[in-house]
Amino acid sequence: MQLRDSPEEAAFREEVQAWLADNLADDLRGRRGGAARFEEWGRDWSRRLGEAGYAALTWPKEYGGGGAPYSHQAILLEELARAQAPGHINVIGLGMAGPTIIVHGREEQKARYLPKILSAEEIWCQGFSEPGAGSDLASVRTRAELRDGRYVVNGQKVWSSYAHLADRCLLLTVTEPEAPRYQGLTYFLVDMHSPGVEVRPLTQITGEAEFNEIFFADVEVPVENVIAEPGQGWQVAMTTLMHERAALGFALSGAFEVAVGKLLELARARPLDDRLRDRIARSWIELQALKWTNYRALTRLMETGAPGPEASVPKLHWSEANQRLGKLALELLGPEAQVMDGDGYWQWLQLRSRGNTIEAGTSEILRNIVAERVLGLPKGR
Amino acid sequence: MHFAFTSEQDALRTEARRWLEERYPAERVAELADSEAGWDPASWAELAELGWLGVSVPEDEGGAGLGFLEEAVLLEELGRALYPGPYFSTVGLALPALGPDERAEVAAGRVRWSAEIDGLVPDLALVDRVVTGEGATAAEGETLPTMDSTRRLGRLAAGAREPLAGGIDRPRLRAALAAEAVGIAQRALDWGVEHAKERQQFGKSIGVYQAVSHSLVDAFMATELARSLAYWAAWCVAEGDGQAATAAAAAKAYAAEAAVSACERSIQVHGGIGFTWAHPLHRYYKRAQWIQAFDGFPAGQRAEIASALVEGK
Repeated sequence: MQLRDSPEEAAFREEVQAWLADNLADDLRGRRGGAARFEEWGRDWSRRLGEAGYAALTWPKEYGGGGAPYSHQAILLEELARAQAPGHINVIGLGMAGPTIIVHGREEQKARYLPKILSAEEIWCQGFSEPGAGSDLASVRTRAELRDGRYVVNGQKVWSSYAHLADRCLLLTVTEPEAPRYQGLTYFLVDMHSPGVEVRPLTQITGEAEFNEIFFADVEVPVENVIAEPGQGWQVAMTTLMHERAALGFALSGAFEVAVGKLLELARARPLDDRLRDRIARSWIELQALKWTNYRALTRLMETGAPGPEASVPKLHWSEANQRLGKLALELLGPEAQVMDGDGYWQWLQLRSRGNTIEAGTSEILRNIVAERVLGLPKGR
Repeated sequence: MHFAFTSEQDALRTEARRWLEERYPAERVAELADSEAGWDPASWAELAELGWLGVSVPEDEGGAGLGFLEEAVLLEELGRALYPGPYFSTVGLALPALGPDERAEVAAGRVRWSAEIDGLVPDLALVDRVVTGEGATAAEGETLPTMDSTRRLGRLAAGAREPLAGGIDRPRLRAALAAEAVGIAQRALDWGVEHAKERQQFGKSIGVYQAVSHSLVDAFMATELARSLAYWAAWCVAEGDGQAATAAAAAKAYAAEAAVSACERSIQVHGGIGFTWAHPLHRYYKRAQWIQAFDGFPAGQRAEIASALVEGK
């Protein structure tokens, strides 16, 4: 057990810190993905990350990645979060599309798509959830039909982050509605500029628009845009979701660390009763528990190549701890809690945190997964 | 950064679990807990023989020359088995206050120790000597009726005090309790999961119902988070890291609450049988509450942490 950076890790951390000091302009710090003109400055920031080799640090070198160990990815995510760097505009391309294409794609698909994910030339979004298929993802109804040597797609997707900026979409469709559950789905890589694709942004309770509805009306998709084989969509989708959750941990603890730091600044500036002090200490303990659980999960992943039971904890824990933190911060502000100073950080955090237990798997679905796969309890469905 | 035990430490855990499962199954612990003595004094020589008493005692004093991480592994396993005997009192509590000769006697299994905290001495009737704020004294006094009969508390009689090499190491005792609490929480959770798989109602295992399964998932999450904090605190103590005091306070507070809550959830999942004297769960529940109360309830540790964070003291 060694809970300090190794000399090699410390050197990498310093390199990242120095790079951030030189490249992350002060006015970019703390900017949010739902903010105005994100596309403009977001693409530029993402291009810089790519040029520095930080965009796809852990991708294999043969696909243009850094081939770095997961420990470097953890350090990078931690440092980006601590510096309050904006998110990468192509987070779905890098974290979900790329890994999915690397695992399931054909060589020509890898050559066609991966370089432009790295350069942020092509931004990706995810077309999984539908109005009638959220947690029950296998019941998607967006239909892809083979007609005259090409697929024709009709249907509607929802909660699709970055779709309003995206060039490509990871699209989960049903091709054989009569097939047994999990067997009639097909996964496509779709050009968002195709005729018949319409994107409508959805404004969230924060007033910002990070996600969208996507409508597909007779959208033609070439057969070579199927990833893996027709009918294997479910397996491919699981790969995508596994990567979505795996990449999250350190970004979450890094952001939570920044928020707890701001909470302490707030706390130092005002009188506190014992009840508030107790909750402040609880939030700090929850942060430490999150951070060290991430490190335990990381060590297991690096040693065995597979996530252990502890890997299922961070997202669930963070989402609920972040909600508690937001409420506590507003209570520290007292009667001023409604007043949005500057960028309204705390009001934004508190409202945005309600999405944390819904996005990337609701807490209810994640608890079902832990019950079945980690505790070995019988399936409820 | 490497947050895992070494293969030697894992082997120690495997050996400890095997030995404890064989020698201290729940029925035997129940029998001892309900007995007048409260433990099997013959077990002490066996622990000495296994090398567990002198894990962190230097080799030239007859110990294994290892450290607190190995002790934390043993404390967790002893907690999981609910071993009734003064291991925590001697090794977790008193050892840092002792000098070389006294440590050698501990490692050899000749002398057992405890310490007085907040006027209470764990395992008073089971030990020979007691560390107090004013020095060492003979273990004489009155054993009190306590909820947890596997680790009874006593009050010292007035007696002479003799000088000691050191004193109470609060971060270390808290990290020790946190490790133990993780073992308690895990065992209570395991029983709950086992029961939820086996127990059938309405023609199904009760574990299919989310009201049951999600409660167990919450116990699992809290146990894993407590484990991370407990191992972090153990490492800080073993390394003499500057964060040891805060880490141990955080670990003790969180792990004690996780253990109490895991027991409560497990009792609830068991239904009526979980509420009986016959089921072992109640002893785990009582030990979890023992840990929660000893050296102060979690709110006290959180108040210390808040002072450190807000006022920097």
